Amino acid sequence: MDSYDVPESTPSASSRPEDYFVGATPLQKRLESIRKQTSFIPTPPRRKVPQCSQLQEDVDPQKVAFLLHKQWTLYSLTPLYKFSYSNLKEYSRLLNAFIVAEKQKGLAVEVGEDFNIKVIFSTLLGMKGTQRDPEAFLVQILSKSQLPSENREGKVLWTGWFCCIFGDSLLETVSEDFTCLPLFLANGAESNTAIIGTWFQKTFDCYFSPLTINAFNLSWMAAMWTACKVDHYVATTEFLWSVPCSPQSLDISYAIHPEDAKALWDSIHKTPGEVTQEEVDLFMDCLYSHFHRHFKIHLSATRLVRVSTSVASAHTDGKIKDSVS
Amino acid sequence: MSPQKRVKNVKAQNRISQGSNSFQTTLSAWKVKQGPSNSKNISKHGQNNPVGDYEHADDQAEDALQMAVEYFEKGPVKTSQNKDKTLEKHLKTVENVAWKNGLASEEIDVLLNIALSGKFGNAVNTRILKCMIPATVISQDSVVKAVSWLCVDKCSGSTKVLFYRWLVAMFDFIDRKEQINLLYGFFFASLQDDALCPYVCHLLYLLTKKENVKPFRVRKLLDLQAKMGMQPHLQALLSLYKFFAPALISVSLPVRKKIYFKNSENLWKMALLAVKQRNQGPSPEPLKLMLGPANVRPLKRKWNSLSIIPVLNSSSYTKECRKKEMSLSDCLNRSGSFPLEQLKSFPQLLQNIHCLELPSQMGSVLNNSLLLHYINCVRDEPVLLRFYYWLSQTLQEECIWYKVNNYEHGKEFTNFLDTIIRAECFLQEGFYSCEAFLYKSLPLWDGLCCRSQFLQLVSWIPFSSFSEVKPLLFDHLAQLFFTSTIYFKCSVLQSLKELLQNWLLWLSMDIHMKPVTNSPLETTLGGSMNSVSKLIHYVGWLSTTAMRLESNSTFLLHFILDFYEKVCDIYINYNLPLVVLFPPGIFYSALLSLDTSILNQLCFIMHRYRKNLTAAKKNELVQKTKSEFNFSSKTYQEFNHYLTSMVGCLWTSKPFGKGIYIDPEILEKTGVTEYKNSLNVIHHPSFLSYAVSFLLQESPEERTVNVSSIQVNKFTFIMLRDFIQLNFIKRIYAFPFFQTLSLLPPQSQNEVFAFQIHSNDFNVNLLALILSSLI
Repeated sequence: MDSYDVPESTPSASSRPEDYFVGATPLQKRLESIRKQTSFIPTPPRRKVPQCSQLQEDVDPQKVAFLLHKQWTLYSLTPLYKFSYSNLKEYSRLLNAFIVAEKQKGLAVEVGEDFNIKVIFSTLLGMKGTQRDPEAFLVQILSKSQLPSENREGKVLWTGWFCCIFGDSLLETVSEDFTCLPLFLANGAESNTAIIGTWFQKTFDCYFSPLTINAFNLSWMAAMWTACKVDHYVATTEFLWSVPCSPQSLDISYAIHPEDAKALWDSIHKTPGEVTQEEVDLFMDCLYSHFHRHFKIHLSATRLVRVSTSVASAHTDGKIKDSVS
Repeated sequence: MSPQKRVKNVKAQNRISQGSNSFQTTLSAWKVKQGPSNSKNISKHGQNNPVGDYEHADDQAEDALQMAVEYFEKGPVKTSQNKDKTLEKHLKTVENVAWKNGLASEEIDVLLNIALSGKFGNAVNTRILKCMIPATVISQDSVVKAVSWLCVDKCSGSTKVLFYRWLVAMFDFIDRKEQINLLYGFFFASLQDDALCPYVCHLLYLLTKKENVKPFRVRKLLDLQAKMGMQPHLQALLSLYKFFAPALISVSLPVRKKIYFKNSENLWKMALLAVKQRNQGPSPEPLKLMLGPANVRPLKRKWNSLSIIPVLNSSSYTKECRKKEMSLSDCLNRSGSFPLEQLKSFPQLLQNIHCLELPSQMGSVLNNSLLLHYINCVRDEPVLLRFYYWLSQTLQEECIWYKVNNYEHGKEFTNFLDTIIRAECFLQEGFYSCEAFLYKSLPLWDGLCCRSQFLQLVSWIPFSSFSEVKPLLFDHLAQLFFTSTIYFKCSVLQSLKELLQNWLLWLSMDIHMKPVTNSPLETTLGGSMNSVSKLIHYVGWLSTTAMRLESNSTFLLHFILDFYEKVCDIYINYNLPLVVLFPPGIFYSALLSLDTSILNQLCFIMHRYRKNLTAAKKNELVQKTKSEFNFSSKTYQEFNHYLTSMVGCLWTSKPFGKGIYIDPEILEKTGVTEYKNSLNVIHHPSFLSYAVSFLLQESPEERTVNVSSIQVNKFTFIMLRDFIQLNFIKRIYAFPFFQTLSLLPPQSQNEVFAFQIHSNDFNVNLLALILSSLI
């Protein structure tokens, strides 16, 4: 679970002798940190696998279970302005009203009809990487059932949650009026995502943009998920490469038995608790050369677009799914 | 939508965005441009053509349109040979104008009549109807007249359908609706027609008022429903009736079913957006940043509104949210707050600046010049941060090379950048978001895409430490610079010149403001000067190499010297303690250039350098105390060295002694006997044309031209006169160098340079002496 939120690249804290910026404003600091991030290698050559994050300690298992087995579309999000955890109830009410108003726009019927939905904001305790990370929160849209006798809890129409996991590098430049929850995950109809996103943008002056996962990060995910110990494998490890050619692009799917993949990874992987860039590269190279031996196709010349393992799957267009609890 | 139509849509859009595309960078030009366009809007066609600020070619188009309308009014000429051709031509005219700018309401009135009267064939009627796009509004009377044609049954069923679809689509643009509502009964009767029914339903849905709901109509509708089954359009109308008169309708209608009408507007989607945008009209704001709120977005963007830039809304939510917690005093205070929607003029802004409600989305200030004023003067950190976050993320998301080959999108991105740049020009200040964006995007930039916008963004990089920014920006820029065409090189130099100017302005302001504000960068003056001088050296390096790459192109040299025109005047113009000279590669290229204007520009720059250096020297002498910013003697030496070579070349005919030193042996090998003279004022290659024309004036009958016979004094005088005649408009500063020469008393040439020029520090003063004695 905790492995897919690949921590944002944390630039090594090398301090350069710089006497130009002494008492800089947050804006300046932000620019400074961008300069650092740009001038250093964008991704650290090695990443630590967090052994025990906050997650295990005080998490509500019911809620986490609710987040699993769903496909999430990822968005990146700028800090929320004047967001307050104490106002969640109020936000529910306002968002509810907003959705109703939006849905009725341009509709022919349902004049004056009550829209049978319910919006719930709630915090996701423990969904964070470090103590400093702000609390994650969940937004759900439920349909209220028509008949009062039935279960009041209706069907979940849409779910989205906001979180920040290992956001140290971002947090240091965010001032107190802002809440930094840079990752937003949505599940449900895109039209709902759009309405809710618009409301957040208007209310907290933030900006959503679709988050894509590039091939480089996908291969990291492949390696790290392969490494996960699973009691019983439910699915094969599968990779999907795309060959851009006209008129139709060609997809190459490559499935291996998860135990084989694990065996390969174990033979490569050295230090427990840490994964290096070389290991990931080697892992992928092995797969490539194996494929080349059989089909005479250089996969390295194509683009990796999807990775799915028994643990989770991720697509380059920013969709991920967890398969294991 | 047919592909043909699509093309037209694109055209229409281009047309619309044009106004925002062509803008000038300077504030004054920008203001001026706004003026006439507004006044023209008012004068032309009354209300009907607020988009009138396009080119004058439109006048021609209008004439053609007039002819076309007349043609249609007369009806088809039966005998004419090329009847089809003429018809086609006129139709095309109407279509073009309609999709570009829309038609005036009188034109629509005429054409609508024609389309429905059945004068022409069905195909023509269809085409006319399809292009009935109003410039702003459609008059109610035209619609009523058109409906009356439906009664006489002159047009085909398909034309009728199209008419109803058109009516539904354009419903919002009809100026008044009372009389149309009087025709309710007629429309209702048309429900009988199966083909028309869905569209008539939609029209009735838009038209229905409470008093239109009558029992007999309800009965009729229910009958229809029984006959035709559960049709969504009928249901829609029924539910509306039920809403107005619940007692009349007892049947239950499905509550939760979504019912949409078929999209009647589809045909005109783009046109509708364009009309909406036109109808936003010129706003009363003094300075309006165009790219209005209705900027057309591709449909794929489902999320936000039409424009990249959010629409201006005051943050009503926060108000609502805090209401509960507010005490009475808060309430009282709050009542004084001023909603943004009411903010229309600068005086209003001044009166309410303390209690202005900020917009809910800070990005919307980009479109509003008044709020740009506001964020310029409040140094409120959250406000700036909100803007920063929004702009950074938007720039990154919109940047086209993330989404390749999307022309429409590219255009939009360009417009967006233009808006940002306009705002930067307006504020005279760069945005940090743009700088951060450049860090990420410049290394990936191909040097082509949005070139002018990118280079302008470069010129608005906020002042910062050059050595820090260099690896992130300028190294990448240099790579592009060296590998691109000469035009690219020139535009880069141009934008670096602007960058220098912006930095200098900022610094010269900052020095004077220092005690009051804490400047965003806590820099020492020395640090700042160091940064500026590094920038100048960087440009010097670029220029020297570029001169070699472009084999001393005059064109390029002009841009380089333009840059140094800024550089040479830093001390006097900006009151900053900095004089940086140009590298030898530039100086000698200019000195030996074949172009008079280059040489002239060089003389001007040398002249300004001298003024700056003497001013600096004077200040030093006055202040006595050793300040941190005394220029090193090296600068003076360097300048004197340049001046010596210049004088040696042009005046004293001792070109290769001091300054440019060339081994006499090599000079002998060239075989030029009179090399000493060959670069002086008379023989210098760039003056050759002047020399010849001088000789021809002096002795027109002479067959052979002997340049050496020219007397310097007279020549310089004549040359000056000619030169000024030729160039006085282009270059006002043609003056200094030639002035000195022309005013020379006879025989003084040798006297003046009898002074020995020493390479000591004080030379500037000496040279001042020399030059003043010349004058």
